[in-house]
Amino acid sequence: MIGALIARDIRRGSTGATWLPAGFFLLVVALLPFAVGPDRQLLNRIGSGVLWIAALTAALLPVERLIEPDRADGVLDQLSLHGIADESVGFAKMIAHWLTFGPLMLVSAACGAALLSMDERTLIATEIALAIGTPGLAALAVTIAAVTSGLPRASSLAALLLLPLAVPLLIFGAANAWTLEAAVSLFLTAGAPFVTGAAIRAART
Amino acid sequence: MSILLRFDGVTLRRGGRLVFEGMTLELRPGDALQVRGPNGSGKSSLLRLGAGLLRAERGKVERGHAALADDHVALDSELPLGRALGFWAADTNAAMDALGLAHLVDVPVRWLSSGQSKRATLARVAASGAPLWLLDEPMNALDADGAQRLTALIDRHRSNGGAVLAASHQPLAGEWRILELGA
Repeated sequence: MIGALIARDIRRGSTGATWLPAGFFLLVVALLPFAVGPDRQLLNRIGSGVLWIAALTAALLPVERLIEPDRADGVLDQLSLHGIADESVGFAKMIAHWLTFGPLMLVSAACGAALLSMDERTLIATEIALAIGTPGLAALAVTIAAVTSGLPRASSLAALLLLPLAVPLLIFGAANAWTLEAAVSLFLTAGAPFVTGAAIRAART
Repeated sequence: MSILLRFDGVTLRRGGRLVFEGMTLELRPGDALQVRGPNGSGKSSLLRLGAGLLRAERGKVERGHAALADDHVALDSELPLGRALGFWAADTNAAMDALGLAHLVDVPVRWLSSGQSKRATLARVAASGAPLWLLDEPMNALDADGAQRLTALIDRHRSNGGAVLAASHQPLAGEWRILELGA
């Protein structure tokens, strides 16, 4: 059933809305030369940081469709009746979300690097950092989606909650401190199913 | 004989308000119990307790495998009905036939009328294979044909050793034990 749930979430996540974070990511990156001027050296120096900011903001877009529709439609209740722990639901949603979000961010980053005329070495380092960091970011998105589901103005609240919590990923990722970044990412992915499960239970009335 | 659902001195409080206390009930195979009461008397809450979706403040709820039909369809709206039901149960054909949904198998769930959605919700319960059915206002939005099909389905379920706990303010066809909840 967990496998079926992951497959279902990937299917639901692979509609037209999947491309929104990618479009948003590239738009944020494309705005930068307008803001700081088309200085090649400057863009190359700050490029990796910009890709990270773009990835963090793009991670906010899918939050509202991760948990809330399933809560409102009773799917989470039915999964519980089928004997699936809320934590397992959180785990499945995290896996499915990363699969539709992580690779997309890696491809978007490569396109974004071209827009900023970043050199190859910086791009590869940024790609590795994003590959390590996006699972943590996906875990955080699912957690925040569960914590805010059912609340009014949930998406604004989600942004306020998610971005500060993503700061450690940003610091270590942008500094290419991969071991520390991996530790943060692991911490987030390991904790997410439990927090998500508890939040789903708490939202049940 | 095994017990499918047992409430033992259950007290439920929601949002600080006491819904009911000291509730004791038991459902065995073949049983059908209708919960009646005015709006807000806790009929749906009682069903959600039985489904394990709410926690009792005091007392004990024991239950086996149950299926719940409330006003949430819980079917993916973009999928054809047959595939959407297929997510929850391997064999859905018999349940769809029993509720007269066979001709809608390829119709996306979001196109269903409210009566058809209700039938689909009931088909999800019927296909689940759970011995205990928890039905919240099962007759709502059903036409005469739908009501008849549901009654037949419940009778068959009971004679196969299942039990039904239904919350409804309308009279239900067939033999039901009645539980009245106060306001």
